[in-house]
Amino acid sequence: MNELSLYILDLVQNSIEAGASLVKIEIAEDLKEDLFTITIEDNGRGIPQDVIDKVTDPFYTTRKTRKVGLGLSLAKQLAMDCEGSFTIERLEKGTKIVLKMKHSHIDRPPLGNITETLLALINGAPDLDFKFCYKKDRNEFIFDTRSIRDILGDDIPLNTLSVLDFIRGQLESGLSNLTGGVNNR
Amino acid sequence: MIKSIQELEEIRKKALEELEFRKQHGEGIRIVVGMATCGIAAGARPVMLKFVEEIQKRNLKNVTVVQTGCIGLCKYEPIVEVYEPNKEKVTYVKMTPEKVLKVVAEHLVNGKPVYEYTIGYEENKEANN
Ligand code: FES
Repeated sequence: MNELSLYILDLVQNSIEAGASLVKIEIAEDLKEDLFTITIEDNGRGIPQDVIDKVTDPFYTTRKTRKVGLGLSLAKQLAMDCEGSFTIERLEKGTKIVLKMKHSHIDRPPLGNITETLLALINGAPDLDFKFCYKKDRNEFIFDTRSIRDILGDDIPLNTLSVLDFIRGQLESGLSNLTGGVNNR
Repeated sequence: MIKSIQELEEIRKKALEELEFRKQHGEGIRIVVGMATCGIAAGARPVMLKFVEEIQKRNLKNVTVVQTGCIGLCKYEPIVEVYEPNKEKVTYVKMTPEKVLKVVAEHLVNGKPVYEYTIGYEENKEANN
């Protein structure tokens, strides 16, 4: 996969499958520390221990278990390739995944189209809430579907076309403010 | 963050119309996009969003786009299944945003599935090679 936002889309599928109702996605770019960190935290039933074990097993090949955990092992591989780290933590309720990479590493893919990832998630899982936070050095952009639900009311699903379109506008303007309109690397 | 109350009222109104239509006309057509790892890697995200965009552009109120996990046919990803009431499911394989345009125009609007993009066509082609 050639975009970090595709890894994010894939990792969040685990949260959806785990029956989460809230998923927090955080992207943090820290140029001073030369770090690019992606954190995904959900309140689902947790990734099964055997999947976690497989992902952390050095002899695990993605061939054996294709259907579950493939995205996790890809993400772990990416972290290793970029002199970073990959951790999965079982929370009291839910799971927390932290993917760290060296920001300047030549093998680190660009973030890519994170707006499309969020729209695909919201369209595909309209009952879930997503809190998205993007930190870039000292600036940050926060987007939370709960605030949209608050305003629109509970009777309107987030995957109605007009709402998705509105969300796209919110994300695009918020992100271009943060990144200065450049699709950053 | 939120632009104006007026704009939101507008969105709310449109969304309620959409919902009302769905309620009156039943389920309608369901487009199911495979979003397992291999689907995502093969390009499922732009395919899904192209459907959403085209459906909105053409104001097709009876169509919904949803996602599913593994369909079990990695080599054919991105895979899209179209469920129409009282009709057989149509499975499109190796989808791209360009193919979506044609599927929307011919299948969703005119009711004629695009055979060259279906799994049946693809399997036939492979069998004859
Ligand atoms: S893992 Fe490829 S279709 Fe399921």
